[in-house]
Amino acid sequence: MDNISSLSYFLPEITLVVTILVVIVYDLFLKKGESVYTVYVTAAGLVLTLLTLFSSYSDVQRSLFSGMVAQDPFSFFFKFLFVLAAFFTVVISSTSSEMKNRLHGEFNTLILAITLGMFFMASAKNLLMAYIGFELVSIASYVVAGFLKESRRSSEAALKYVIYGGVSSGIMLYGFSLLYGLTGTLDISEIGRLLSEGNAGGLTVLVAFLMVLAGFGYKIASVPFHFWSPDVYEGAPTAFTAFLSVGPKAAGFALLIRFFNTAFVSQGSVALSEWLPIEQLDWPNIMMWISAITMTFGNLIALKQDNVKRMLAYSSIAHAGYVLMGIVVLTQDGLFAMMFYLSAYYLMNLGAFFVVLNISDRFGSEEIDSYNGLVFKAPFIAICMGIFLFSLAGIPPTVGFIGKFYLFAALIQSGPGYYSLAIIGALNSVVSLYYYARVLRAMFVRGEAAEASPPISKTPIIIIGVLAFPALFLGLYWAPLAGFAQASLKILTGH
Amino acid sequence: MQNYLLSALTFIPVFGMLVILLIPRDKSHVVKVIAAVTTGLQLWLAIQLFLVFDRTTTAMQFTEHYSWIPAFNIEYFMGVDGLSAPMVLLTALLSFICIFASWNINKSVKAYFALFLLLDAGMMGVFVSIDFFLFYIFWEVMLLPMYFLIGIWGGPRREYASIKFFLYTLFGSVLILLAMLALYFYNDPHTFNMLELMQTTYDFEFQKWVFLALFIGFAIKVPIFPFHTWLPDAHVEAPTAVSVILAGVLLKMGVYGILRLNFSILPDATLWFVVPLAVLGVINIIYGALCALAQTDLKRLIAYSSISHMGFSLLGMAALTSAGMNGAVFQMFNHGTITAMLFLLVGVLYDRAHIRDVNGFGGLAVRMPLYGGMVAIAFFAGLGLPGFSGFISETLSLIGGFGSAHSSTTFRWLTGIAVIGIVLNAAYFLWAYQRIFLGKLNEKWASLPEITGRELFTVVPLAVIVIILGFYPMPILGMMSETMNGIIEMVQNGAATAIQ
Repeated sequence: MDNISSLSYFLPEITLVVTILVVIVYDLFLKKGESVYTVYVTAAGLVLTLLTLFSSYSDVQRSLFSGMVAQDPFSFFFKFLFVLAAFFTVVISSTSSEMKNRLHGEFNTLILAITLGMFFMASAKNLLMAYIGFELVSIASYVVAGFLKESRRSSEAALKYVIYGGVSSGIMLYGFSLLYGLTGTLDISEIGRLLSEGNAGGLTVLVAFLMVLAGFGYKIASVPFHFWSPDVYEGAPTAFTAFLSVGPKAAGFALLIRFFNTAFVSQGSVALSEWLPIEQLDWPNIMMWISAITMTFGNLIALKQDNVKRMLAYSSIAHAGYVLMGIVVLTQDGLFAMMFYLSAYYLMNLGAFFVVLNISDRFGSEEIDSYNGLVFKAPFIAICMGIFLFSLAGIPPTVGFIGKFYLFAALIQSGPGYYSLAIIGALNSVVSLYYYARVLRAMFVRGEAAEASPPISKTPIIIIGVLAFPALFLGLYWAPLAGFAQASLKILTGH
Repeated sequence: MQNYLLSALTFIPVFGMLVILLIPRDKSHVVKVIAAVTTGLQLWLAIQLFLVFDRTTTAMQFTEHYSWIPAFNIEYFMGVDGLSAPMVLLTALLSFICIFASWNINKSVKAYFALFLLLDAGMMGVFVSIDFFLFYIFWEVMLLPMYFLIGIWGGPRREYASIKFFLYTLFGSVLILLAMLALYFYNDPHTFNMLELMQTTYDFEFQKWVFLALFIGFAIKVPIFPFHTWLPDAHVEAPTAVSVILAGVLLKMGVYGILRLNFSILPDATLWFVVPLAVLGVINIIYGALCALAQTDLKRLIAYSSISHMGFSLLGMAALTSAGMNGAVFQMFNHGTITAMLFLLVGVLYDRAHIRDVNGFGGLAVRMPLYGGMVAIAFFAGLGLPGFSGFISETLSLIGGFGSAHSSTTFRWLTGIAVIGIVLNAAYFLWAYQRIFLGKLNEKWASLPEITGRELFTVVPLAVIVIILGFYPMPILGMMSETMNGIIEMVQNGAATAIQ
């Protein structure tokens, strides 16, 4: 499809761009200290984006802008997640004390820019487009990570983020250039076709693969590209940490799923529900190791953390490891499990970080001790946090359990070769329970009965409730979400 | 009513929990009354089930069958047979009694009873589920209230005990989850329906792995040596009513799971594993009894005696004879009632003296004759004296073990060793009784008040049941015998077809 006719299918992105511009201009007219009002425009723009997403949803695959961008159910699935995450983040940050008297106009603009970048990541069909989306997300994120200017932690976070981000996207770009050298094209499906014909040398493909992986691994924070994430998560404004842990991570996974299943899959031997990696490269095996090491590492380090925000940072590394379990099996069910888990993870991780934000607003600390007796001080928040933590640990009846169930199911279904990874994943759930339970213990077991302390603002409480309810409800009846994820996959894989 | 009996049994506590959550915090008395009414209603339904239950069939009764998540073939499928029906009765009975045993809880009353009812629902759900997935959900749902009940209302080391319990059982649960998925995908069309899973003949190598995964998962719950170390800690720290539930119902779930899943679905692996199972049973009997002998904390002593008593169940079922199987399940029921009595009585003493050290008392029988009498009944029942129900089930288990058709020499030796356990059981119970109630009165406790009416109300029904079943066990034995024969047949036949 050519550029002009593509525009009509590009409404959500256009809405986002217009919102960005409106927010920037509107901010110019506001007095100092009033910039928090930009949140209304931003939120309205995001709601509008969501509506255009609904209206332009279709289950056919379109290739827009001469094959640069795909419009398919797969990208819609992720775009819904991104817009909702951005909406919650923008709204909750407007009430948080860490963002008080700061430049909300800039903050909201950057969040919108990241959202736009993530849209491109989820729908890129061309490596150039993927890279642009990738960098749009990264560069805006560097700025937001350092948003708390006078905080040393925040500045350190931004600096670390820039250095790691720069290096890994450089390596990834080099990998892209190798692929281009091997195939002479930047189109992902063309690359896949040419690679599966087996003309390219094995070693070069392996090197290119590993280099590309460095970029993806950095976005999803998997070992060994995770070093930035605990410091950035801890130093950045908490609302942004919440956003970072679900948005860009999911975008990284979207890109990774689309790229690996198009470029590195042998297209000559496509069976109905299974497919093979290209001949020269046993990448599922590499991913298997990365998955196992990522989850184990994340969980083991999280055991030792006393700062809940940092603990959740390590836990989200572990969760990236869980999600990766889905890709090694190379089946439709594996990808489905990944998408289901990502949406479950979205609810519970966003919720958990928002609780951290709310607690640090009220009691001024992110340390685990400040959660003591939370059930007396703020019973609703404590119960919601309980739901999020049980969901993260994968205990029924929560959506996190169903997500893990699907991941394990995909592994077990694919045969005994994957049992070991399933067992490692299962044992990791047990390990993770220990540190989640430390927070539970602080909230419910420790601390004396105290007067309930009234919340500063009702908005965060409502948002947390809005996230906690589906985290529990979808654990009992998850067919709608499963159906949506299933439908979103059909076209991507073309099976 | 009969059509929805099992759903009603399972979800009445959930309903009660929701009602409790709506009641203002300061109306703690109302909360207790609602909890009592809820569990009372549940008990009444369980008694209806007991009366209507058809004792002549091995088929599932009172079945309810609906689709839940069609895409994954997950069903809402409930039913009871002779294996689960006694457990349903036991669960309802102990839950009702425990509400009264919790009457003097005064810390966060509302939360306590809400969690307790959730626990009740989870336990009931485990016993009535025939869909494996549903079973697993209930199995896990039970963990959450248990963790909080020990963690919040427990003794001084409650934080340690509760997380240890939680981690141990979760470790077991994830293995069960993986085994469940393996079974699901082995069948074509994929299914979680236990009855369909039982029809399939599985590859022997596959059976072994799945058996071991399930077995470890259930062994942690029983608990079977060497997975037992969470139990004494959890028992000692838990409040009285929770100890009762833990020993009375939760431990039974392990054995129930082994019989329902391992034995019924994986016959070849069962035959392959009966000797190790019997050995583990005997280790439980002897090791549990020896540990109990060494304890001075009364609750810890009873906790180890539980390990010992569950050993008889294991030995009985490993024998795969009619007597052994019936003995094993009957022992589950009896241990549930007897140990509940023991923990309730220890709770009575602890509420007054705030210590549980066996050596810290002496001559209490003078001050508290009625209490002393009740404890005597409980202890004698515990050590397996004829005339009490425990005697019948232990004897049946041992007879079964002695008559085992498989590896009969090994089984005879093992049964011989197991008999020593009975002597050891008698030793620690009698010794403990002597130190607490007989001898010179310890002046420190001269003013301890006698057992109250409420406390008697919790113990006496159990004592009556234990004595009646000691003389006439048929009400319960008759319920289970058909199903037990069915399971034995299933193991033998399944193994036979595999050999052909």
